Amino acid sequence: MNFELMWQAMPLLLTGAGVTVQITALSVMIGIVIGLFVGVARISTYQIIHLIAAVYVDFLRGTPLLVQIFLVYFALPVVTGQRIDPFIAAIAACSINSSAYVAEIFRAGIQSIDAGQMEAGRSLGMSWMQTMRYIIVPQAARRVIPPLGNEFIALLKDSSLVSVIGFEELTRRGQLIIARTYASLEIWLCVAIIYLVMTVSISRLVAWLERRYKIDDQR
Amino acid sequence: MISVRNLRKSFGSVEVLKGIDLDIAEKEVVVIIGPSGSGKSTLLRCINYLEQPTSGEIVVDGMKLGETDINKVRAEVGMVFQRFNLFPHMTVMDNITLAPMKVRGVSKEEAEADALRLLEKVGLADRAAAYPEQLSGGQQQRVAIARALAMKPKVMLFDEPTSALDPEMVKEVLEVMKELAREGMTMAVVTHEMGFAREVGDRVLFVDYGVILEQGTPEEIFSHPKEERMQEFLSKIL
Repeated sequence: MNFELMWQAMPLLLTGAGVTVQITALSVMIGIVIGLFVGVARISTYQIIHLIAAVYVDFLRGTPLLVQIFLVYFALPVVTGQRIDPFIAAIAACSINSSAYVAEIFRAGIQSIDAGQMEAGRSLGMSWMQTMRYIIVPQAARRVIPPLGNEFIALLKDSSLVSVIGFEELTRRGQLIIARTYASLEIWLCVAIIYLVMTVSISRLVAWLERRYKIDDQR
Repeated sequence: MISVRNLRKSFGSVEVLKGIDLDIAEKEVVVIIGPSGSGKSTLLRCINYLEQPTSGEIVVDGMKLGETDINKVRAEVGMVFQRFNLFPHMTVMDNITLAPMKVRGVSKEEAEADALRLLEKVGLADRAAAYPEQLSGGQQQRVAIARALAMKPKVMLFDEPTSALDPEMVKEVLEVMKELAREGMTMAVVTHEMGFAREVGDRVLFVDYGVILEQGTPEEIFSHPKEERMQEFLSKIL
């Protein structure tokens, strides 16, 4: 094992890891915004809204992320006639994919809140939307922290798939270095360790957040 | 104040309410009693449309349900639930001020002043900053009553307000309700507290199998029940 090479490759890999964190964080944030609306739409009593949201979620959960990346990067330009920047394509595919999982997390979180809370809000004359906003969602938000953390970790790992469209995140950086050095063992090991450090850090962070808000919940 | 005509409500194939006619006058206190599963809670929940009637007509304060913006109707109809349903993520103060601010557009200062006055009335002025979990069941229910009153409703509906309470806390909640009745609030109360019905009720309804089987003053109902089922029910609980 060539430790010298591993050491030399580190700065390049770490900047790749930075890019990985960037697309993951951005995708999760966009995914949370879209997912909140889709999740609420999933429990809507309006049949059409409910149906559209269900199809959206089913499609994104029922097809591989890799295929979704290809659809955005290769298939979409065929329709629009315009090439897409790999960064935009990566963020778009990851965030839309993530939004489906996030929507399910929000839906479950909202449905876990006692029905009496909605009744109490409505009985005071608040609209469905107001009750959702002030009563239901704030309570559900605490319960969705752990599953959202899991989604963040899953997406961080899955983001390695965007290497196939040439976007230089951690996995792609590893491939490029190996193409020059042929040091498969050393570089893939480094890449794996960097992913591991990132995922473990996130799960620790989530556990800390969970503890903090649990105390809030019990006040 | 409230008028119910030929109200029917089915859940699936089960008809829970089978044609209810009911008028509640201003300042009247109507107590609804009956065995569990008789439909008395459903009747109450239909009055503010938490349950949508299958057929029939309900008019509250001149507003016909189903034709008026339901949020407008509900703003005038306070409801107190068996399980309190306070908002656990908010302080007592925020529980009470939320709806007046969001629905009535009252300023924060005014809503808080109002809330303090109401908390004083239910004997909890010192617990404004507490969270519901820090309160006993009886205290939570009193906060729930204050929360409903903060909307300055014209009618108050009580759905078994003391059924989820430990026995020693029932009284403190009933006292608040009695006080409210004395002040002239129009009230419809579903309860198993016969002492309350007798003392505070202007009229008692006995509901069973989805119909109002018998009604009258507490004296008539409790001392001279006519219906056999009514007599049977009373003999079980008194």
